[in-house]
Amino acid sequence: MRYEFLEHTADVKFRAYGSSPEEMLKNAALAMFSVMIDIETVRPESVWEVELEAEDLEGLAYRWLSELLFLFSAELAVFSDFDISLSHDGAWRLNARVRGEHIDRKRHSFETEIKAVTLHQFEVRPGDSERPWMLQVVLDV
Amino acid sequence: MRGDHMLDKIEENIYELPIGYKEGMRVPGRIFISESLLEMVEPGTIEQVANVATLPGIVKYSMAMPDAHLGYGFPIGGVAAFREDGGVISPGGVGFDINCGVRLLRTDLTVDEVKPLISDLIESLFEEIPSGVGATSRLHVSDSELTEAFIAGARWAVEQGYGTDEDLEHCEENGCLKGADPSQVSAKARKRGRPQFGTLGSGNHFLEVQYVGRIYDEDIAKRFGLFKGQVTVMIHCGSRGAGHQICTDHLEVLSRAVRKYNIDLPDKQLACAPIGTPEARNYFGAMAAAANYAWANRQIIAHWTREVFAKYFGDVEMPLVYDVAHNVAKIEEHMVDNRLERLYVHRKGATRSFGPSRKEVPSDYRGVGQPLLIPGSMGTPSYVLCGQDRALELTFGSACHGSGRIMSRSQAKKTYRGADVRASLQREGIKVMATEPAVLAEEAPEVYKPSHEVVEVVHALGLAKKVAQMIPLGVSKG
Repeated sequence: MRYEFLEHTADVKFRAYGSSPEEMLKNAALAMFSVMIDIETVRPESVWEVELEAEDLEGLAYRWLSELLFLFSAELAVFSDFDISLSHDGAWRLNARVRGEHIDRKRHSFETEIKAVTLHQFEVRPGDSERPWMLQVVLDV
Repeated sequence: MRGDHMLDKIEENIYELPIGYKEGMRVPGRIFISESLLEMVEPGTIEQVANVATLPGIVKYSMAMPDAHLGYGFPIGGVAAFREDGGVISPGGVGFDINCGVRLLRTDLTVDEVKPLISDLIESLFEEIPSGVGATSRLHVSDSELTEAFIAGARWAVEQGYGTDEDLEHCEENGCLKGADPSQVSAKARKRGRPQFGTLGSGNHFLEVQYVGRIYDEDIAKRFGLFKGQVTVMIHCGSRGAGHQICTDHLEVLSRAVRKYNIDLPDKQLACAPIGTPEARNYFGAMAAAANYAWANRQIIAHWTREVFAKYFGDVEMPLVYDVAHNVAKIEEHMVDNRLERLYVHRKGATRSFGPSRKEVPSDYRGVGQPLLIPGSMGTPSYVLCGQDRALELTFGSACHGSGRIMSRSQAKKTYRGADVRASLQREGIKVMATEPAVLAEEAPEVYKPSHEVVEVVHALGLAKKVAQMIPLGVSKG
């Protein structure tokens, strides 16, 4: 399972999974955009580069999702493909190539607009060979 | 509700969550709610009331209004005040949509004059006032104009020709929260805020043409300029991407501050900093800038609304009844143990409710109290209430802000179809325009608590008094 949505009355709560932190972050991005739009309708025509740094993986995950929302809002773009590489030597660094396109009203139909990524119950759970990595997120919509 | 056995009933409509409920609670919780509304409150909401009670410097109680429901950080409907000395300020008590709020314009038109034209009128409002996901404004402000709006709020808009000085007198804080610091607004927040300045947004934001269906208090209604059958316009929106980004940016800073100042938190969204520290000061300055952006935004939208009405009805007067914030932290003076104290009052999905004794009440409403504007869900009545002094004793001068969701958006979309919701409203004579049908399903009237029940509790407790009920004629949604 890439991600699953949990019940939340006023907002949106999901868990994204992955066999690595990279895959977990990718699936979290997919989960987030799937709240707003049918990802199938997004053509990966353009590329945006994202570079981020944070003290820990949880902080990095928050920055990652917040940065994507910023790009959505500032560039009026939607994304469907996320190529992520991570490194850490004390601090965590993320380099990503994000593919998508500018919003096209004729093809893109929107559902709930996400206002922000909250830190409420925000949690990264490290995985082992048995269980994958998990990121839990509550979005303000 | 599971967990309500933890609550002690203090008197009718007042429940207390004792200090022992959760480790670290510094004060008890107080939930102002009826028994039947309490049934609908999720257990997580009670946890959130308890979480807020653990914050340093909290005064008296961690409170929740009758429209309380599950939020993030504070519950929605949450109110808490913190003392200047030893207290904290937290974006968890304000939210991302800083100064999301409501304003009400009155007209001298009657329902019979407007009803025949409602369909065209709503279509024009929908066209003239940008709304929906990714909507951009027809206003093109420069970076320095944006800075001025961050500082001056609705006054900036009035100085640009959007409205009148009387409008400012009828805004909470006169449409400008003092202490805004634009240097604490990031380039990202500016980039998001500039094209969205003068847009309604999406989700539960709306512009509604309505009429006064019922008057509960003739004298106060007269003071507020309201009469039965009168057409009014309600605008519900906030600080758009500017506010969302400001909160996101400062949440990260305050998360680090929590470690720096050794504050133990039960929820990361309650990140905060002690009042007086640079982190707290910077957040407050940025939050005030976002609040001012929201007031200017509602001022601009009100002006465009007046322009549309003028096209249909000629020289029609549309004074502002009032404009209230329902997501904000403010410095207010309140009596604590018989002493007047400066407190940082956080209202998250709650409205200020100041009665006749407060100097903040506009001069022409003095002796009566401030108006409170309580929107219903789409298609259901909204209310005008009047602030009461009893609220100063019970809730730091606060009351409810709306009706509160009871069904999640995903469940709503499984249960309702946008087209059906539109058709059913149409049958009731309510014209609805929306950019996306999904929004109509998510905002179907049935997904909210009945707003009249929430208002009844507020009225019965004496937090605010019922003045008028407005019935929707048409809605423009995001």
